[in-house]
Amino acid sequence: MGKIVLKDIRKTFGDVVVIPGVNLTIEDGQFVVFVGPSGCGKSTLLRLIAGLEDQTGGHIAIDDIDVTDAPPAKRGLSMVFQSYALYPHMSVRSNIAFGLKMAGMPKDEIAKKVDHAAKMLNLGDYIDRRPGQLSGGQRQRVAIGRAIVREPKAFLFDEPLSNLDAALRVQMRQEITKLHQDLKTTMIYVTHDQVEALTMADKIVVLNRGNIEQVGSPLELYESPRNLFVAKFIGSPTMNTFSGPEAQRRGAATIGIRPEHMIVSRTDGDWKGTVSIAEHLGSDTFLYLDVPGVGPITVRADGEAGFHAGDTVYVSPVSARMHRFDESGMAFK
Amino acid sequence: MATSETRLAGRILAAPSILLLLIWMIVPLALTVYFSLLHYNLLDGYAQSSFTGVNNFYYFIKDPAFLTSIWNTFVLVGSVLVITVLGGIGMGLLLDQDIWGQGPARIMVIAPFFVMATVSALIWKNLFMNPISGLFAWVSTSFGFTPIDWFTDYPMVAIIIIVAWQWLPFAALIFMTALQSLDGEQKDAAQMDGAPPISYFAYIVLPHLARPITVVILIESIFLLGIFAEIFVTTGGGPGLATTNLPFLVYREALLKYDVGGAAAGGLIAVVIANIVSIFLTRLVGKNLES
Amino acid sequence: MARRATFSRRVTMTAITWVLAFAIFFPILWMIQTSFKSELDAFALPPKFFNFHWTTENYSVVQDRSDYFRFALNSIILSGGATLLGLLVGIPAAWSMAFAPTKNTKQVLLWMLSTKMMPATGVLIPIYVLYQWLGWFDTHIGLIIILFLGNLPIMIWMLYTYFKEIPGEILEAARMDGATRWKEIVYVLAPMAVPGIASTVLLNVILSWNEAFWTLNLTTTTAAPLTAFIASYSSPEGLFWAKLSAASTLAVAPILILGWFSQKQLVRGLTFGAVK
Repeated sequence: MGKIVLKDIRKTFGDVVVIPGVNLTIEDGQFVVFVGPSGCGKSTLLRLIAGLEDQTGGHIAIDDIDVTDAPPAKRGLSMVFQSYALYPHMSVRSNIAFGLKMAGMPKDEIAKKVDHAAKMLNLGDYIDRRPGQLSGGQRQRVAIGRAIVREPKAFLFDEPLSNLDAALRVQMRQEITKLHQDLKTTMIYVTHDQVEALTMADKIVVLNRGNIEQVGSPLELYESPRNLFVAKFIGSPTMNTFSGPEAQRRGAATIGIRPEHMIVSRTDGDWKGTVSIAEHLGSDTFLYLDVPGVGPITVRADGEAGFHAGDTVYVSPVSARMHRFDESGMAFK
Repeated sequence: MATSETRLAGRILAAPSILLLLIWMIVPLALTVYFSLLHYNLLDGYAQSSFTGVNNFYYFIKDPAFLTSIWNTFVLVGSVLVITVLGGIGMGLLLDQDIWGQGPARIMVIAPFFVMATVSALIWKNLFMNPISGLFAWVSTSFGFTPIDWFTDYPMVAIIIIVAWQWLPFAALIFMTALQSLDGEQKDAAQMDGAPPISYFAYIVLPHLARPITVVILIESIFLLGIFAEIFVTTGGGPGLATTNLPFLVYREALLKYDVGGAAAGGLIAVVIANIVSIFLTRLVGKNLES
Repeated sequence: MARRATFSRRVTMTAITWVLAFAIFFPILWMIQTSFKSELDAFALPPKFFNFHWTTENYSVVQDRSDYFRFALNSIILSGGATLLGLLVGIPAAWSMAFAPTKNTKQVLLWMLSTKMMPATGVLIPIYVLYQWLGWFDTHIGLIIILFLGNLPIMIWMLYTYFKEIPGEILEAARMDGATRWKEIVYVLAPMAVPGIASTVLLNVILSWNEAFWTLNLTTTTAAPLTAFIASYSSPEGLFWAKLSAASTLAVAPILILGWFSQKQLVRGLTFGAVK
């Protein structure tokens, strides 16, 4: 079990309001990702759930038990830190066993559990080494192993992949997803990387300045962002947005269209522009256009389309994929 | 960035040290201030003491020994600072060079710092500066000069040599450490720019050393203002008042003349002088805390 | 990193450095050598460099006459006691400053530093009188307390700078793992900070061992350490150079060895982290 309910959670540091008031329910077994730009309060929210920070107001319940004032150890949660936070003076084995030892578990039982976790994460070869002798990916696995053995109600991940190189990040992403499928334990994962959010989450929580902007599945956020912030934060490259005559013509304060939802042509279309930069990525080409009267636009074209800087291009937005927002930045339903 | 439980634990664990240091600071200082206003002779005992106002300060400052001791204090501190900072930079630069046996050389240079003050003073006084059988006397005689009777003719210079020998390693060690942290790419860039050694030193090394130099000056000042043992075991403040500095004068008032009030007044003057230095040092270290 | 030097430049630099380093070290070497001479050889003119009859009799005379080991034991008791007390009070304080800082922590640290700058001269009188009243004059406990308080700011500062380098996340991980505050300090912080604690201990032992104001002014016999033992040679006994040298060598040797081990950490401790 691992159902977590946050009710009116507030956090201030002196006069600075980090989280003005958050209500959120995380169901048992869900993989929830907190995503948002740096300084949006996502890590603070995670630390509040962990019990490493005091909330200024509100309540936290885990499995319907109020843990608002419980110390971290009493909440039954495990955490994987950004820096892995392994104990440098202990072997991999002792690192994993430390939590069980603190809980006063008998030695043979600890050994059994550590071996099990080690097998699961392929730690066998370096179980007796110190963290200092391991690579980044291996340290990450040890940190996860340390979290697993305690059989927590939920796992908390604080930007766990941000210190790894790109290739390893993709691999570890898949391993964590696989782990969630095997364990079916609740996981809360904090990241600023929307790709991680989209690929891993059952449910994404988009945070901005301590407020929840939207909660939903990856596809929901992509297809129907509730407001401009979510629209621009989710998706890469970023959604094109325009205000002015083009928006007014469609009865909105702002309109948005994703680069992949436009038809590109050399001969005709709604908007005529000049290619300022063309990025050839193989499967796709991203074109950065200057469109007089509309503004700069990013569009995705076919990888073999053969556009170059200076070319004249016509683009037409697919109207069914157009997003419309009112003056306050909220999407029209 | 922590829970209230952590903050509470922090307060509780810091409390003993803060409390102890508070007592350590306030009680003796308050007593010094109190004694400085008394006519109090140690031989007569506290019962015989009487309030005398600022008379102790008046007599202490009016005593010709006071001005002499202040002058001696500044001569001692100033000379040692100049010698150790200049010598320390030189030695630090040498030890930072790409030389053979850097480790053993460094160990030899740092060694005098660990020698207790009474030992270094006595070794220098006897084995080196003795006018008849000392090593210096022999060197002078070998070259046909008359040996110098250091503690009779140049007592202050002798003390300065001893103290500078003790503190040169400290300066050298700190400058060497600071030089090692000098960005290697900066050195490479300067070399690529074809900077001659002099301008390399003036425009890159010296600015980099500005802070360590300040630190060395301030920390040495604090210790040097309190020099006592070296004088105690060599000259006893003499001949006459030639090597009596402020700490030694206070000691003389208190434990040789048993004048508690006068010594307390002198002690307070020493506190004021040391505080002027410490304000600068505290500022400097405080700035460092922020970065 | 030093600049790569040409061969001849390297030879010159090595020679200059070694000559100067040797000159600085020479008085210690000369002291050690003299300690193995007979009194006659010690005064010989021209001075004898290694070409004398080596003898260890000075060491036994020093021991017989002035009971070197009693003073040495006092030095050990005083510096050990002061250091132990310092750790006991200093580690919790440094933990607090490094991991549970408040907005006043910086001011508190600087204030602690400023107590170190109080000249001993300024408080000699009250301490002297106070110690007479308390019956602490020339006692181990009295000297230990004064050395402990005198060095406490340096200890806290040194420990603080070392603790600061330990990422707080590791202590939080221990907290998540169910460690209590006490276990967090004992099982995680202390083992990680061993190098820092060790060099703090070393520096503190060195400073206490060599302290020569309070130890000279507040002791006579019972609690007198080696600083006072050597000071007694400033009287006519100082005329016996070989014995003075032997006594000095004995007083200096332990700390010289400790000091060489700790020279790298020394800078940080002595500059309150201002130079690293």
